[in-house]
Amino acid sequence: METIYLDNNATTRVDPEVVETMLPYFTEQFGNPSSLHEYGNRVGLALKKARGQIQALLGAEYDTEIVFTSCGTESDSTAILSALKAQPQRREIITTQVEHPAVLALCEHLEKEGYTVHYLAVDGQGRLDLEQYQSLLSEQTAIVSVMWANNETGTFFPVLEMAEMAHARGVMFHTDAVQAVGKIPMDLKNSKIDMLSLSGHKLHGPKGIGVLYLRRGTRFRPLLRGGHQERGRRAGTENAASIVALGKAAELALQAMEHENTEVRRLRDKLEKGILSQVNYAFITGDPDNRLPNTSNIAFEYIEGESILLMLNKFGIAASSGSACTSGSLEPSHVMRAMGLPYTAAHGTVRFSLSRDTTEADIDRVIVVLPGIIDQLRTLSPYWKYNAPVKESFDPAYA
Amino acid sequence: MWNYSEKVQEHFFNPRNAGELEEANGIGDVGSLSCGDALRLMLKVDPDTETILDARFQTFGCGSAIASSSALTEIIKGKTLDEALAVSNQDIADYLDGLPPEKMHCSVMGREALQAAVANYKGEEWSDDHEEGALVCKCFAIDEVMIEDTIRANHLSTVQDVTHYTKAGGGCSACHEGIEDILNRVLAERGEAPVGSNLQPSDSRSEGHIIPDDQVSGVWVSSSAGEKAMTAADVAADAMAALSQIELPDTPVVPDTAPVTGNTAKPVMNNLQRMRRIEAVIERVRPQLQRDHGDVELIDIDGSNIHIRLTGACTNCQLASMTLSGIQQQMMEELGEFVKLIPVKSAAVGV
Ligand SMILES: Cc1ncc(COP(=O)(O)O)c(C=O)c1O
Ligand code: FES
Repeated sequence: METIYLDNNATTRVDPEVVETMLPYFTEQFGNPSSLHEYGNRVGLALKKARGQIQALLGAEYDTEIVFTSCGTESDSTAILSALKAQPQRREIITTQVEHPAVLALCEHLEKEGYTVHYLAVDGQGRLDLEQYQSLLSEQTAIVSVMWANNETGTFFPVLEMAEMAHARGVMFHTDAVQAVGKIPMDLKNSKIDMLSLSGHKLHGPKGIGVLYLRRGTRFRPLLRGGHQERGRRAGTENAASIVALGKAAELALQAMEHENTEVRRLRDKLEKGILSQVNYAFITGDPDNRLPNTSNIAFEYIEGESILLMLNKFGIAASSGSACTSGSLEPSHVMRAMGLPYTAAHGTVRFSLSRDTTEADIDRVIVVLPGIIDQLRTLSPYWKYNAPVKESFDPAYA
Repeated sequence: MWNYSEKVQEHFFNPRNAGELEEANGIGDVGSLSCGDALRLMLKVDPDTETILDARFQTFGCGSAIASSSALTEIIKGKTLDEALAVSNQDIADYLDGLPPEKMHCSVMGREALQAAVANYKGEEWSDDHEEGALVCKCFAIDEVMIEDTIRANHLSTVQDVTHYTKAGGGCSACHEGIEDILNRVLAERGEAPVGSNLQPSDSRSEGHIIPDDQVSGVWVSSSAGEKAMTAADVAADAMAALSQIELPDTPVVPDTAPVTGNTAKPVMNNLQRMRRIEAVIERVRPQLQRDHGDVELIDIDGSNIHIRLTGACTNCQLASMTLSGIQQQMMEELGEFVKLIPVKSAAVGV
C-alpha cells in the first residue's frame, strides 16, 4: 500500500542528497576535526562549511555563533541553564504554557530547585497577551524562553517583538525555533534574539543533531565542559557526519523556502477545506491566520484522537494526535488545555503536518478517507446519534 | 505507536456487538467526555435464569477502550450475572492477549461498566470507589494514587519501602525520581525530612539514589561479584547471555528455555532440592490466597527469576503486588539467596 506521511512535525524524511553528503564521514573521512593532520583537517573544513550553511539559513552575523549540540532538547537546556548560571542573582524565568516538554519539563524541575517560573497564558487561538508579558519582565528575570512556532498547532509567537521588549528591560531572550527553522525566513542579525534552538531532523536532516545559535557577546556558561570543541561552549568530539548533513539540509531548506510557503501552504489549505466541508463538529485549532504553512491541527468533537490515528494508519496515512490516553488521568495535550478547547473536542485533535515531500495525491486521498473514519467512530460513540451529538442523554454518574 | 496485540487491533477494527441494544434491561454508563473515555454497556438479561442473552456497547475512547469493550461483550454473553461479575479486568486484558501497561485502565473501565450494568438491572446503586492517577511505574503499571495511598497507609519513607509494598520501582528503576517526588510530598505533610537528606557522606553514588543499587528490590548484584573479581571473559560471557535475552518485539515475553545468565547466585543446593523448596513455598501460601478466591501457580524457574502466575481474585486487586513481594520474601528466606518473582502475564504485554 502507498503510504502517506503527514507527520513532519514529529520528524522528516532525511533528504537523499543529505544522506549522500554525510556517508563519506562514516568511511574515508573519519578523522577527528581537532587533529593536526590531514585526516582531521579535512573534516574540520567540512564542519566550517556546515557552520556557514546554517549561518545563512538563520541570517546570523557570524558563523561562530553556531554551536552544534546533540538535539533540540540539548539546545533548549543549554540556553536556559546557561542564563541561570551566568546571572546567579536573577532567579526568574518567563516562558509560556504551551512550550515543548524540552522547555516545560526543565522549567518545572527548576521550580523545584527554587527558581520562579512565569508561564504566559494563551487565548483560545493560542495567542499570548503581550501586556502580561511586559508586566512580568524585571531585573529578576534571567531569561525569556518562548517558542517561535508551536509544534502542535503551528501557531507563531511574536518572538521578534518579544525579544525587543526583553532587551529594553535588559533581559536575555531565547527561542525554541525547532519547528520554525527552515519553514520561514529568518534574519537573526537584525533581531534581538540572543539564543535560538534548532533540530536537524525537523528539516530533512538526521536525528540527534541540533544547533544552539548564540549571539556574539551573550553571557554563556556551557552545559558540557571538557575539550575545546565548539570553542569550549559544547565539549565532546563533534558528530561530524551529522553536522555535515545538517549543513546540507540547511542549504536545501533555504532553496525550498519559497515552495514551503506557496505550494505546501496551498496543499495544507486544500486539506483543511476538503475535510471541514465534509465533516461537521470539527474545527481548526490555533491561530488560522498566523501559523506555519505546513501544519494543520483539526479537532473532531465526540471522538478520541488515538482511535482516529489507528484507523488512518490502517489506510496507510500517518498523522499524530495531541491527546495522550496513557493513564487513569486522561489529560488532553497541555497545548489544547492551555487554549481552553471545549471538552467535547479536547481529546479528538489530529495534527497533519506536511512537507516538501507531500503530493497533491496524498492530500486528495486523505480528503477521501478521513470523513468515513470520523463517521465510523462517531457511530460507535455513546455521544453520537443520527449525525449529531446526544451528550444530554449520556451522562454517567460515575465519571 | 502502542504495542497492541493482533487481537486488540482486530477487535478495534472489527468491534463485536457495537451499537445500541433496544431490549436492554441493564445499562451501565461509565466515564465522561472530558476524561477521554466513556462506555455504555447494554445487557439483555433473562429474568428467570439471570443469563445474559445479549450484550452490546457504545464507546468513546482510544483503540484499547474500544477493543476492551468489544472483548467484554464477547466474554459475558451467555454467562449468568454471577459468572459475569467474576470476570476481572485482567480477564479482559488476557482475552485480548494483553494490553500495554499504560492502557490497563481501559480494561478497568470495562469491568466497571459491567458492575454498573448489573447494578442497574437489579435496581441497585453502584458506586465507583476506583480512582486512578497518572502512571508512575511503567514496568509494573502502578499509578500515582496507589503509590500515595500505600505510602500513607503504611507510613513508608523510602523508595525501597514503596518497591516492597507496591512493586513500583522494582524494575528498570527509571521511575525512582517520580516515586521520590510522591514520597517527599507525603513526608513534608508529616513534617519529616525529604528522601535523600540522610545520605551517608561515604555514599559516592548520591544524587537521587537513596539506596545502594544492590539493596533495591529487583536490582541486585550477584553474590559472587563482591568476592572474586570477574575476568574479562566472564564479563563478556555475561554480556552475551544478557544480549541473547533481549527479545524482538514479536517474540514471546517468556521464552520456553530461557538461558541462565551468569547473574544467578551460586547454587548452594542442587537444582532438584531448590525446585522442591520453591514449590513448598508456593504450596504454603496457596491456602491463604485461596481464602481470598485467588491462587498462585509456579510457571518456570530461570536462575534467580521465578515466574509465577497469580490467578483469580488476586490478579488485579491492589494487593497483588503486595502478595508478590510477600511471596518473594518467603522464597528468599527459604532459599537463602536473592530471587525475583516475576508475574507472568499475557505475551503481548511487553514488560
Ligand atoms: C518545539 C520543539 N522543541 C524541541 C523539540 C525537541 O527536539 P529534539 O527531538 O531534537 O530534541 C521538538 C521536537 O519534537 C519540538 O517540536
Ligand atoms: S518504571 Fe518503575 S521500575 Fe521501571
